[in-house]
Amino acid sequence: MSGPAARRQKRRSVIPGFGITLATTLLWLSLLVLIPLAALFLKTAELSFGQFIAVVSSARVLHAFELSFGLSLAAALGNLVFGSLVVWAIVRYRFPGRRLLDAIVDIPFALPTAVAGIALTTLYAESGWIGRWLALFGIKVAYTPLGIFVALVFIGLPFVVRTVQPVLEDLDEELEDAAASLGATRWTIVRRVVFPSIFPALLTGFALAFARAVGEYGSVIFIAGNLPNVSEIAPLLIVIRLQEFRYADATAIAVVMLIASFLLLFLISLLHRWSELNTGRRI
Amino acid sequence: MSDVKLESRRGVRSMRAEIHAKRRRNADPAWVQWTITGLAASFLGIFIVLPLVIVFSAAFAKGFAAYLAALRDPDTFAAIRLTLIVAAISVATNTAFGLIAAWAITKFEFFGKNLLIILIEIPFSVSPVIAGLVFVLLFGLQGYFGAWLKAHDIAIIFALPGIALATIFVTFPFVVRELIPLMQEQGTEGEQAALSLGASGLRTFVRVTLPNVKWALLYGVLLCNARAMGEFGAVSVVSGHVRGQTNTMPLHVELLYDGYQLAAAFAVASLLALLAFITLIIKVVLESRLSQE
Repeated sequence: MSGPAARRQKRRSVIPGFGITLATTLLWLSLLVLIPLAALFLKTAELSFGQFIAVVSSARVLHAFELSFGLSLAAALGNLVFGSLVVWAIVRYRFPGRRLLDAIVDIPFALPTAVAGIALTTLYAESGWIGRWLALFGIKVAYTPLGIFVALVFIGLPFVVRTVQPVLEDLDEELEDAAASLGATRWTIVRRVVFPSIFPALLTGFALAFARAVGEYGSVIFIAGNLPNVSEIAPLLIVIRLQEFRYADATAIAVVMLIASFLLLFLISLLHRWSELNTGRRI
Repeated sequence: MSDVKLESRRGVRSMRAEIHAKRRRNADPAWVQWTITGLAASFLGIFIVLPLVIVFSAAFAKGFAAYLAALRDPDTFAAIRLTLIVAAISVATNTAFGLIAAWAITKFEFFGKNLLIILIEIPFSVSPVIAGLVFVLLFGLQGYFGAWLKAHDIAIIFALPGIALATIFVTFPFVVRELIPLMQEQGTEGEQAALSLGASGLRTFVRVTLPNVKWALLYGVLLCNARAMGEFGAVSVVSGHVRGQTNTMPLHVELLYDGYQLAAAFAVASLLALLAFITLIIKVVLESRLSQE
């Protein structure tokens, strides 16, 4: 054991309160988070495996999953593209209003989802500020899957920007200088030097935006139209089943979503580790 | 998920970025700069700013008097009151938990610490709807404790305790995740010194630990509060939507909106948007303090 670690070992005994604080933490965590989540799996276990499969593979449920995961993927991709542009502008350029742009990125974090939901719906309805222009081209956004996409782009944007921003800021530009002095064109430098360095962060931001979008409810249900088999997202179907007192059905759908988000969480933690190895920086 | 951690300490970063910008030689050509900045600004303007603008525009669509009348409505008033109570309960609970958990996690070494941190962050990756659902399964009429609660005449679901529980669940990690990295960095030397001079454990915590982490603590409280006041999905599942009784502000917005009282819905929504503004402003201030801490 090295010096500092040995010292820490010695110090540990002097600080009081280990038992009581750890016990309180575990108890609190169990009561408020772990036991409630366990109840979800317990309730689902009341279904036989066949019943469980029947519930989660019924046409309406499958469509809801397809819609939720598909649109979340599309929205996260949209965030990746626009988020990259925003990050690049904020980090690499100096222009009046840059700090304002930077601050605007946080709005979807801070604005309650229901407010975002009704605002986006009003904006994209056929009589709305944006919807009326799109209607000229025959494009309907509100009350269609496209509306869900718009809402998911709104709530996902900060995840990409705030994940990539610190990595791009810390990127050593001497590498770019070196590449330039060796005769590389600007585009080659961006492609071969910058992109590989921020790639893990981009992927992490993408995964975070995707994970958030899959579970999103408040900002989506107003603009979605919520037609079964057309624009009904999986979280909404859980609520509907609950209102019909079909608890086992609701929990079966929830379990599938929960397992999906745990897998994503695991993937994201791997990405964090990768990014740390790649850039020496914890994101 | 990692949103909060990523944003903090922006002050230091932007300073560093400033230095980078000054000494950069291989900048993009002007037309590229203009195109990218223009696209970024248009995207943010259309997707993020316009929704915010329309909240206030629609709130005042029927004039200032109608706006005030919507806010003076007793049901609105009840919703504001409930939101404040729920937020206070959630913030207090999660702050107490955050301090206790951060103490255990950062001041001691023990087996399974990383797993514990992951478990604490779970609520961030759970859909709000599922967060509400689990409490219905436990305490709802058909839930595991439903019959017992009914026999003893205790209401949790469709009442304040259920709304508070669901809100505590979704805001669970906010405070503790701000404290852990900072307290980890600060180590135990300050506490060591105080204890060796004869201070009690509690006194050491109040006089040494707490002042050292006050800005991070406030930062966590700020974000926790914003989410608690704005939470919709989880609360929607457990609330029962009783007008004037179990409607929080976001639920009241939904109720008014679905009832085609658009101006009133946006009037209440504008209060929540204002909360978001204030949160962002305080956040910027706290971030500059944090970068000094």
